[in-house]
Amino acid sequence: MLQRTVPMAILSLSGLILMLAYFSPMTTSWGETVLDWFNILAAVAFVLGAGNLLAVNLEKISSRRAGWAYAAITLIAFFLMLGFGLLKVGAVPNAEHPTVAFAGGYETAASPFGWTYEYIFSPLTATMFAMLAFYVASAAFRAFRAKNIESILLLGTAFIILLAQTAAGMFLTGWIPEESAFAFLRLDWMKVAITEHIQTAGMRAITIGIALGVVATSLRLILGIDKSYLSKS
Amino acid sequence: MLARLGGIDRRWIFLAMGLSIAVPILLKLRFPEVPGPMAKATFNAIESVPEGSRVLLSFDYDPGSAGELQPMANAIVHHCAARGHKIVFMALWPLGKQMAEGTIKDVLLEFHPTYTYGKDYVQLGYKAGNEAVVKLMATNVPQQYSTDAAGAALASLPIVADLAKLADFKLIASLSAGYPGAKEWVQYANSADPEAFKVISGSTGVQVSQLLPYYPAQMEGMLVAVKGAAEYEMLVTAKYPSSEKPALLAERLGQGRVRMGPQLVAHLLMIGLIILGNVAMVAGRARGGAR
Repeated sequence: MLQRTVPMAILSLSGLILMLAYFSPMTTSWGETVLDWFNILAAVAFVLGAGNLLAVNLEKISSRRAGWAYAAITLIAFFLMLGFGLLKVGAVPNAEHPTVAFAGGYETAASPFGWTYEYIFSPLTATMFAMLAFYVASAAFRAFRAKNIESILLLGTAFIILLAQTAAGMFLTGWIPEESAFAFLRLDWMKVAITEHIQTAGMRAITIGIALGVVATSLRLILGIDKSYLSKS
Repeated sequence: MLARLGGIDRRWIFLAMGLSIAVPILLKLRFPEVPGPMAKATFNAIESVPEGSRVLLSFDYDPGSAGELQPMANAIVHHCAARGHKIVFMALWPLGKQMAEGTIKDVLLEFHPTYTYGKDYVQLGYKAGNEAVVKLMATNVPQQYSTDAAGAALASLPIVADLAKLADFKLIASLSAGYPGAKEWVQYANSADPEAFKVISGSTGVQVSQLLPYYPAQMEGMLVAVKGAAEYEMLVTAKYPSSEKPALLAERLGQGRVRMGPQLVAHLLMIGLIILGNVAMVAGRARGGAR
């Protein structure tokens, strides 16, 4: 009973309170309390995430599965950053309270935590993101083929957006007067037409569909019809 | 020969892409940009807010998207400070605070040294909870943020001492790389009080399709990718130059324009590769037909 009824009751009550809070100012403070609980749970989820990270990687190392060395590096990095942050290793003394323990700042590059973030984590993350350009170029060459009408439309749209997103757009068609009858041939005009009319219309349809789906799912959860989030046991 | 192009070693493509990015960076290639309607709308939104207003800047991204969003953040902060706005920094992403700290150090304190912490700007930092953070702030900011990022009570900081809810801001700007970000600010903040404040955003190129339905009715301004940053930088630096440090301002608020050079060459390479790939496909078919 505890495993199923209590979570269902908490979910239904929270959902109903949040709905009520939207419509009735009298219940606003109730909604705020529920949101406060949610935010605390979201913070606790980080601890669960760390626990999961430990479990998965330790299992990988102990069973010597392929790539276990990467798991070891992950754990070493995890514990190093955790130690630097929690213990404030090498923290810059607080100007107002220099003698108070743990009062110093640890986020500047002068401390190991800040240094690791600034000179290791940040460049590595940016590098991972930048590598996308290489894979996208390779994929564009191999997969972007004009095989049918749909792919030709997609190719044409891609060319317009790729050119209009740079100075090339203005260089190629910027000489066409904006007020003339041929303004529709300007790449910036075409880009606006594609993004604001075709793309936005499509996105609105998807958004409304998602919203209706969210409403339906939320109602099923609040009313206790959908119990898939509960433990199977 | 054309048909063989289809089987080209992809390392040649990687090399071409590497050169197309490296050469414009090394040669410092810059191309003229013409501010588009979205950049102008963003600029006008900040201009239309009375001088000295309290504004909220949410840094909803991490170093992975800094290439696109940091130039926008720098320009928005300089613009707000030039207008004398009181700036409240916060983040919906765990590393957003660090991103904001970089802008505070490189732009706010560099070009606006009179800005005092607690009086003219404040750093609230990151809070877990995604859209729930925004929803709670819509009605009760002190319940969400009882202290600033350093632990000082909000009541002790003049800039936020009387801050009760999001409607106490005149403008909210989200620098957004995905979820949670600008979309959540529109859905949960703007919908709670549509007339109280303006919402603007700076977003990555891949996120723009999600945000377009909200522009311009619910989101008055929107900067899209590096091009949006470059256009906005031009508008801001033209109206608010630095008399004391013009070269440094041109460098710090010129990153968007610097990045447009590699982007142009990379885009042209992509178009070339797509054409080449299709030529190889057609040639391969013709060869197969001839046999």
